[in-house]
Amino acid sequence: MSFLDKAALKIVGTRPIRPDGVDKVTGRANFGADMVMPGMLWGRIKRSPHAHARILGIKFEKALALPGVKAVTCGADFPEVTPERAHVGAAPANLRDLSRNVIARGKVLYEGHAVAAVAATSQAIAEQALDLIEVEYEVLPHVMDIEAAMADGAPLLHDDIFTAGVEPKPTKPSNVSKVVRFAIGDVEAGFREADIVIERRYTTKPVHQGYIEPHACLVSVAADGQCTIFSSSQGQFMVRAYTSRIVGADIADIRAIPAEIGGGFGGKTIVYLEPLAYMLSKKSGRPVKMVMSREEVFRATGPAPGAIVEVKLGAKKDGHITAAQSILKYQAGAFQGSPVQQGCICGLAVYDFPNALTIGYDVLCNRPKVAAYRAPGAPIGSFGVESCMDELADALNIEPLKLREINGAKDGTKATHGVTWVNIGYQKTLEAARASEHLKAPLGPNQGRGIASGYWHNAGGESSAACHVNEDGTITVTEGHPDIGGSRASMAMMVAEVLGVPFENVRPVVGDTTSIGFSASTGGSRVTFAGGMAVTQAAQKVVEVLKQRAAVIWDISPDAVEWKDGKAYPAGPNAGAFEPLDLATIGNRAARTGGPISAEVQINAQGQGPGFATHICDVEVDRETGFVKILRYTAIQDVGRAIHPSYVEGQMQGGVTQGIGWALNEEYIYDKDGCLENPGFLDYRIPVASDMPMIDTIMVEVPNPRHPFGARGVGEVPLVPPMAAVANAIFAATGLRLRDLPMSPPKIRAAVDAEEPPRLAAE
Amino acid sequence: MPRVSYTAPATVDEAVKALAGAAGLAKVLSGGTDLLVQLKSGRLAPELIVDMKRIPEMIGIREEGEFFVIGAATPGVMLSAHERLEHAFPGIVEGVDLIGSTQIQGRASIAGNLCNASPAADSVPPVIAARATAVIAGPNGRREVAVEAIVIGPGRTSLAKGEFVVEFKVPKPKPRQCDAYLRFIPRTEMDIAVVGCAVNVTLDAGGTCIDARVVLGAVAPTQLIVDEAAQALIGHKLDADTLAKLDLAAQRACKPITDKRGTIEYRIKIAGVLARRAAAIAFERAAARA
Repeated sequence: MSFLDKAALKIVGTRPIRPDGVDKVTGRANFGADMVMPGMLWGRIKRSPHAHARILGIKFEKALALPGVKAVTCGADFPEVTPERAHVGAAPANLRDLSRNVIARGKVLYEGHAVAAVAATSQAIAEQALDLIEVEYEVLPHVMDIEAAMADGAPLLHDDIFTAGVEPKPTKPSNVSKVVRFAIGDVEAGFREADIVIERRYTTKPVHQGYIEPHACLVSVAADGQCTIFSSSQGQFMVRAYTSRIVGADIADIRAIPAEIGGGFGGKTIVYLEPLAYMLSKKSGRPVKMVMSREEVFRATGPAPGAIVEVKLGAKKDGHITAAQSILKYQAGAFQGSPVQQGCICGLAVYDFPNALTIGYDVLCNRPKVAAYRAPGAPIGSFGVESCMDELADALNIEPLKLREINGAKDGTKATHGVTWVNIGYQKTLEAARASEHLKAPLGPNQGRGIASGYWHNAGGESSAACHVNEDGTITVTEGHPDIGGSRASMAMMVAEVLGVPFENVRPVVGDTTSIGFSASTGGSRVTFAGGMAVTQAAQKVVEVLKQRAAVIWDISPDAVEWKDGKAYPAGPNAGAFEPLDLATIGNRAARTGGPISAEVQINAQGQGPGFATHICDVEVDRETGFVKILRYTAIQDVGRAIHPSYVEGQMQGGVTQGIGWALNEEYIYDKDGCLENPGFLDYRIPVASDMPMIDTIMVEVPNPRHPFGARGVGEVPLVPPMAAVANAIFAATGLRLRDLPMSPPKIRAAVDAEEPPRLAAE
Repeated sequence: MPRVSYTAPATVDEAVKALAGAAGLAKVLSGGTDLLVQLKSGRLAPELIVDMKRIPEMIGIREEGEFFVIGAATPGVMLSAHERLEHAFPGIVEGVDLIGSTQIQGRASIAGNLCNASPAADSVPPVIAARATAVIAGPNGRREVAVEAIVIGPGRTSLAKGEFVVEFKVPKPKPRQCDAYLRFIPRTEMDIAVVGCAVNVTLDAGGTCIDARVVLGAVAPTQLIVDEAAQALIGHKLDADTLAKLDLAAQRACKPITDKRGTIEYRIKIAGVLARRAAAIAFERAAARA
């Protein structure tokens, strides 16, 4: 059964009020920090003041002597996660590294690295106890930046990391954990063919996901080992599995209950607190609550990596690109595993390059281990490629949009990473840009317009869903994915559409790990695709059951029953003359027709549709102060089918907002000792509301035929184009090319001064 | 456990007694928008907090002859809402209106902004530029000093133990006198000044400047009164040459540091830019009063 015909849809594509909306706007929703239990203790973390140091000893005597302190823990309490046990299911995290990120063993690898934890009867006592935990360190040389970390003789973070992906296999350990490479055609021949070759270097700074809700959990471990975790995350099944492996418990002994989540953006796809709270609860015999401060969030969670991106493009005079090359070096932070591979792939995936080569380096440094952030890796690679496209357009004297029209990927194009595109909407985003009113709007002095495109894979994978018909005919839908972008609404809409009932009759619930089958995390823009596929199939199964029950009531064959507009009808005159039966009637008679009416499905969803976007940005630059004002912004995206258009637009607008922060002001400022100087929103400058214009959205709908409603992921690709769109707009406004993020006022002013030296007091 | 006492006296005398009688660190709360943040972060651990918001004398704005008298604990929103003050000193109100957010301005006061002694305080440069004085109460009675005499360094004031500001006296503007305040931040609000600049000018009937004060914030350990910048204006109309001299004078006066909010080099350049722009606004406003 397919619902790809948009004209036939009654609910999907409308904009009902979200089922979780009232709770959220009235403050009733329970987020990670909202839960309490009787006898609960407060846990706090002792963190490293050093960027790199050996832990010589930890003394708890004084802390334990403080009245009210009930338990302490440190790395020695946690089992060794052997390499064989470093992965669980299909989850991406390396749990050996994650365990060491959660609590340091032997060495601390960044300022803020957790060294010990304490649980006490009040927050104040726990805080006081931290000062009484004595940690002796041997401070080691640290290394913060990519090139310094790659240099010979750099301080080594790990002596067991040997660069993977190079031949011959290295014999000396390195801060480069791996090298990845993708190629198509013959890139050298492609550059020889070119009339013009440009080669540029771009850099980006690490940025935090900036979710408003700090990490928080409440964990209770009973004497028999049964454990309940209430926490805010992007996946309750992830919390359960990761915690089990890090603390050495069986998965079946842990029940993880998802709290409402106050933003994640990828940063809550791993655990930080739950294993520590588990150990403190196990040792104290009491529930333990832990809530990070904003300062801790900045010092020890996230970020997305800082990077160096070198791009080389060769083209014919007519704008046809003959070769493309990108070399990406990403900070992984304290443990291996930056998203450099995605940066390599996604940056080049927008175009039809006959010859291309991309190489990525994963580089360890004494910073917090990077975490996923909305299209992990892609925005960084794309900042380089999309900026360089603009520089190429300028060198060729071709309109930047035209250059993309000439070289853009289409169905049948083979991407550098080997995928041949089908059912993609990239060209449609360019057509929409070309046709947009924005592109034609006049600009004033010191104003400029930039354009940039972006790609993200989107994901499918494991999802479960259950659909229950209640006695009164209302519907309960249980899914396994925390709702971070309005997915409850989308799930309920798809179910309502399938069953033919009003949206309000369907109540969606995010189940805990014991109330719904396994579901992978909310991430990869996968929930509306995979979760939506699961709920749709569950609803379709329920329709079959409803038809059977009507058949029982009418005493006819189920084949002779038709389901339409929320009611069972006799399929034709031969089936008999019966009044239609609605859900309330069938639900109320369930006990007499065969029992409860429910269906649960488990799927491993395949066939997610790739996401492409093109953004247009207008800026005005104050050449004297370097201040960049975003005047107007239009995000254009192939969204497949917008299930709830408002929440699709919200995803697009949110991604753009984060991208503008990344472009203009967000950066970590470290002192010479590798300690963070701006761990708060005052000096880590995400945009404020008054910084932003209304972000216009144009949703292009190229349905994904592998999804019953044609949905593709929409949540991540909106963060891919903005940095280059802003940089290209600044270039258009000023003639100045900013290649280093953030393009903050001092950098812009310095670029202006480099062009036309000012009169200075020093003269 | 660390403990802190709190008292909310009803009179200035009671407040003096409370402050003078404290054995350890005693802090004045005249809004608390800085103090509470410092307490929470652990930067300050006072023994006593004296809340001035309950002292009637310290809240409100009145006109006494040639002065506006502003109670030290008057919240910013009351200044912004005071039409006659806003008309007389739009620059002061601009400074107040840039402190934090609307919610913050419901608590924050000029005295708090001043005595927190941050070089970046937004309300302070225009108050100094207006040649305001502060009335200080203390164990030895009351005294009156120029506002610029109070801050002596980052986080440090010239107030003695037990002393606090009761009110500000701002001389009413002369004919064709007006002010302006500008600050630069990398965002549009909710940030701390990278540079701030207040310009207060008096023009003659022909538009020539006959008196001026230029005050810079966030470019030195305290707010700076830049005499050379004022001299660049006095005797001149606001032509290109005057603006260039003002710009250079402002830049020369700067003694900034490099920190997470800005570099020395950038702050110096921006001081010149803001001086020019603030002067242009102040001249236009003053000329409009002719």
